[in-house]
Amino acid sequence: MNSKLLYNIAKSLLLARLRQTLVAALGVTFGITMFIALLSFMSGLNSTLDGLILNRTPHVRLFNEIKQNQDQPVLSAEEYKNSYNFIQSVKASSARQEIYNSSGINQFLQSDERVLGVAPRVNTQVFFNAGAIDITGMIHGMEVDAETRLFHFNDYVVEGSARDLRQVANSIILGKALAEIILANVGDVVQVTTAAGDRFSLKVVGFFQSGIQDYDKVQSYASVTTVQKLLGKPANYITELHVKLHDINSAPAVAQEYRTIFDASAEDVQTANSQFETGSFIRTLISYSVGITLLIVAGFGIYNILNMMIYEKMDAIAILKATGFSGSDVRRIFLMIALSIGFFGGLAGLFFGYVLSLLIDQIPFVTAALPTIKTYPVNYNPVFYFIAITFSLITTYLAGLFPARKASKVDPVVIIRGK
Amino acid sequence: MSEVILEAKGINKNFHDPITIRVLSNISFSINKGEFVSVIGKSGCGKSTLLYILSTMDTDYEGELLIDDKLVTGQKPVKLAQIRNENIGFVFQFHYLLNEFSVLQNIMLPGLKLNKYSQKQVEQNAYDKLKILGIDHLAHKKPTLISGGEKQRVAIARAMINDPDIIMGDEPTGNLDKKNSEIVFELFQKLANEFNQTLLIVTHDQEFAGKTNRIIEMEDGKIIRH
Repeated sequence: MNSKLLYNIAKSLLLARLRQTLVAALGVTFGITMFIALLSFMSGLNSTLDGLILNRTPHVRLFNEIKQNQDQPVLSAEEYKNSYNFIQSVKASSARQEIYNSSGINQFLQSDERVLGVAPRVNTQVFFNAGAIDITGMIHGMEVDAETRLFHFNDYVVEGSARDLRQVANSIILGKALAEIILANVGDVVQVTTAAGDRFSLKVVGFFQSGIQDYDKVQSYASVTTVQKLLGKPANYITELHVKLHDINSAPAVAQEYRTIFDASAEDVQTANSQFETGSFIRTLISYSVGITLLIVAGFGIYNILNMMIYEKMDAIAILKATGFSGSDVRRIFLMIALSIGFFGGLAGLFFGYVLSLLIDQIPFVTAALPTIKTYPVNYNPVFYFIAITFSLITTYLAGLFPARKASKVDPVVIIRGK
Repeated sequence: MSEVILEAKGINKNFHDPITIRVLSNISFSINKGEFVSVIGKSGCGKSTLLYILSTMDTDYEGELLIDDKLVTGQKPVKLAQIRNENIGFVFQFHYLLNEFSVLQNIMLPGLKLNKYSQKQVEQNAYDKLKILGIDHLAHKKPTLISGGEKQRVAIARAMINDPDIIMGDEPTGNLDKKNSEIVFELFQKLANEFNQTLLIVTHDQEFAGKTNRIIEMEDGKIIRH
């Protein structure tokens, strides 16, 4: 009952000064609107830019690295066990590039509950024959369905169809830049020479564009079986296993674990692409700082207006106190005024922020670097809206606190006798 | 022997700014239920200061104050606010009506604060008070639209809403012309006679004071007649 009465008084004081109230609320609304729009846009941009690399990067990559054997014969000789052995000019042996027992490992990974999915790869170097010139390139043999599901491969195929890789025998998807160099169109047949010297004809079923020109100049994709055929290897020949985890942050730990279990090299995404996290973090930090600064400025506006209102309403405060309202009642009235400015201003801000995000989402943004993007990317994360309304309530509360305390300390005798 | 409603025991008060001056010295008196008392004295004799101490709004004094046989001196501010709300009604020289509220709402505010009756009941009470004062036709007007005399009568209605033990007035007719002053006085008298309402009115209007039951006269911070 008391709260309801105080609320009614607060409401009347607010409505009596409608213009001032609106100006104060407008400050909050503007702050929240910009906060939402800025964060949604920044975060959308962040995830797009990160996605450029991170979406296609396996969280953990298992492979057999070509390196010198750590177990040299001299180390197992009994008589030299306790001495320092210096071995010079150690070369990598003709170790196989394939992962040992790949199908076994694959099965194990599929059953690991931290793993979202596994995509096998067979990678090989080839020469693309364009007339008299040979152009070096890479062919990644892969399973289209797994790649599309885990690494959004489909998004980057700009012409043709990714599914044809599976359906058409001896087919290839070329990087767009590479296709321009060798003047190949979808449906054409290109000649490739493998490192072993064998020549093959592959049918072009599509182009892909990653957004990184240098990458597109050398990369191309084919199915696992096609590449195995190119290399003359059996069906269990797999050079890499790309693992996607449920939780990207656990990648370093998981990679470490696999390294010991499988006795193979395992690289995690954080080690491979540490710079992306830093970039995202800084961009997010900047958006938050700007948003919060806007809100603090709005808070000063509220502080000013409440201060003015208290001077104007001195008489009202005095008579309320004279007729039995305590100091804390008066404080609550002014805090309610501040908070309702924050709440309704904030609510309007959420709405306009959403509208502004929608508008940004409509602005055309076409760039060769980002083939999947047609308009500015926007992230409609409800968390931003939650943070925004929380911040608007906190700032307005703080802005109202000091004027409200001042109002609660008004001495009615001083005011009434002063008349 | 009638019931004592308000009692002051040895009240002293000093102003400290810029130098210490004694404004009230050893004020002791009591008011019985149903009395219509006026306090008179020259400007600066301390009569208003005394009233604000009696009203519990000024707590910076020595001595003891009892309202309805309960000690008021030294109570916490929240408790004092409650006492003002429930036991004391005020009429000031200026009306202090809130322009944001209608006449009726202004009167209801202390009643709603008391939270003893439902909103409907308080509204009915407020109507009744307006009727007693003969201004029930103004109930839904805003205070800015009524005359000075009417405003003062609304202020009296506001003072009455919680049926206080005592209504205090600080020059309630000070801002009014002769005709309105008379109306206000007659209303006070009506309250005292018909409703047995205790009234303590500070005034410098000798004529006004002359018509009350009892006069307390002050000079230089002391009571010289009561």
